[in-house]
Amino acid sequence: MSEPLLAVRELAVHYPRRGPFGRRLPPVRAVDGVSFDIAPGEALGLVGESGSGKSTLGRTILRLQPATSGEVRLEGRDLLAVSRAELRTLRRRMQMIFQDPGGALDPRMTAGEAVAEGMIVHRHVPAAGIPGRVAALLAEVGLDAAAAGRHPHEFSGGQRQRIGIARALAVDPAFLVCDEPVSALDVSVRAQVIGMLGELRQRRGLALLFIAHDLAVVRQVAARIAVMYAGRVVELGPSMDVLSTPRHPYTQALRSAVPVADPASRPGRIVLTGEPPSLSPPPPGCPFHPRCFHPARDARCVTERPQLRPVGPVLAACHHAS
Amino acid sequence: MSLLEARGLAVEFPRRRGAAIRPVDGVSLSLGEGEALALVGESGCGKSLTALALLGLAPAPGTIAAGAVLLGGTDLLALPERGRRAFRGGRIGYVPQEAGGALDPVLALGTQLAEALAVHRALRGSGARARAAALLAEVGLPEPEAMLRRYPHELSGGMRQRALIALALAGEPEVLIADEPTTALDVTVQAQILELLGALRRSRGMGLLLVTHDLGLVAGYADRVAVMYAGRIVEEARVEGLFARPAHPYTRALLAAVPHIEGTLAPPRPIPGSVPDPAAWPDGCRFHPRCPDVLARCRAEPPVLAPLGRGPDGDPLLHRAACWVAERKR
Repeated sequence: MSEPLLAVRELAVHYPRRGPFGRRLPPVRAVDGVSFDIAPGEALGLVGESGSGKSTLGRTILRLQPATSGEVRLEGRDLLAVSRAELRTLRRRMQMIFQDPGGALDPRMTAGEAVAEGMIVHRHVPAAGIPGRVAALLAEVGLDAAAAGRHPHEFSGGQRQRIGIARALAVDPAFLVCDEPVSALDVSVRAQVIGMLGELRQRRGLALLFIAHDLAVVRQVAARIAVMYAGRVVELGPSMDVLSTPRHPYTQALRSAVPVADPASRPGRIVLTGEPPSLSPPPPGCPFHPRCFHPARDARCVTERPQLRPVGPVLAACHHAS
Repeated sequence: MSLLEARGLAVEFPRRRGAAIRPVDGVSLSLGEGEALALVGESGCGKSLTALALLGLAPAPGTIAAGAVLLGGTDLLALPERGRRAFRGGRIGYVPQEAGGALDPVLALGTQLAEALAVHRALRGSGARARAAALLAEVGLPEPEAMLRRYPHELSGGMRQRALIALALAGEPEVLIADEPTTALDVTVQAQILELLGALRRSRGMGLLLVTHDLGLVAGYADRVAVMYAGRIVEEARVEGLFARPAHPYTRALLAAVPHIEGTLAPPRPIPGSVPDPAAWPDGCRFHPRCPDVLARCRAEPPVLAPLGRGPDGDPLLHRAACWVAERKR
């Protein structure tokens, strides 16, 4: 395998907590020992419930918030160790797209100013070249040049998301973190944005970390999927395999909860009981054990933390997966 | 015989200049006892306004300009506001989206339930308390007695949605209207909530109107589907029939836009263009500017919702569509 574009190793993000009178409480382990690679031009899907740590992971990779320990290497350089100056130049290589495209845009800036901002900050393009670049970027995301003069409130949700994407592309990044980019969009607009991200990935050789809770959407965008639960990756592998034969019981439950747009197929649903666990501290052993329904679950699941290990074509962190 | 029937509902909003607009424009629906009907469409097609109109409500400055809502032979819209209140939250329950801050953040769940039970069931004191706990148990909340003292912020999104369902059940409704009840929830929690709504419908024999933009939910949890576009119902069918033989080009386009979790990896196909503005509904069929199969007639003449032929017994089919192209194949 060629050199990965992004290598994440044992990344942990713990939030310290204090109780009344300053008493120390166990930290919240939002991300707890996560490792994976993304190759140049590859899209990795990241799925999991709210609170599983997937957004925290995405933001920490871009160093938008501090990590507790671990490594994040982008093109060989450890983002968590580089100086501020070096981080500034590296920021151009990695960008983010947000769920709420309205909230991510400054309401007082025109679409053109929003797209140009990154180029100006990073001195990416000579000033004279900026208007032409802005027009080209807007065209690339399917907006006409007149859009440059309009403000965010004059656009629909789908169009605002296109502006967010053009803004991210303005500095020619190699890697994009997309945090639930289509969750707030209507089904038809969602299809447009998914199609566009796929084209951009191919045309620009962009690598994506695509965070979403909708497995059917992730499958369209990413050839590999990582499943997160309680701050850990519990399954990682080719999308086809993870979705057709999920190995981790949590992935099985997640998969079976997806509504299928076909009344003829009403598969036996695994309806999970209970709630996602507290992360302060997470349950000992396997974090999923309090909700697990695997017939072979045993005392080991409660005491020993399962590591990701090869199970058929995927990696799964379950003592009993086969 | 249907339990709830809406005939020719229209919701109108005045405009500062020009004629009033009608985001809901002649909607008829019927819902049987114990039946689940899904009302589906993109944002801006009028489905949430239709749901509110069924409760005799329209957000100001809007008004219900025409139509009837019949429940057990009484037209809710013909009643004065006082009379409507016995229906709203009573015989017709409403479950809003959890994300909208639908629970009062400063009142414990028990207080909120007590209020609903006092208004709709004239229950007070220990009787109300016992009933409130029973409702919380019925929607699957753990330790219902202790739950009465909890505040909304102490609960997860899924638990809050369950509490909203318990509130809607307080009036012992015959019909439950749920407007996007799972949109803000995780997929595993969504499945729990939909299973709960299905179980309640069966155990109580309630009619359920599920307003959603998600055709995936429709397939798994509804008996019948009404597809709405630009203020009108454009297709109505049993769920199996709709998915097997979608007749309206809009329905087909919606289905093609849904990404699938199974089978071949065909990319979802977006619908070209966007939902028109109610101030400028297109003439003829309102879908014609986006329709791949458009005929000359479609631009001029609005199609009517009509059965797609007759069944083997000679009765008109329950599968109906408002489309001139489908009409030609009839």
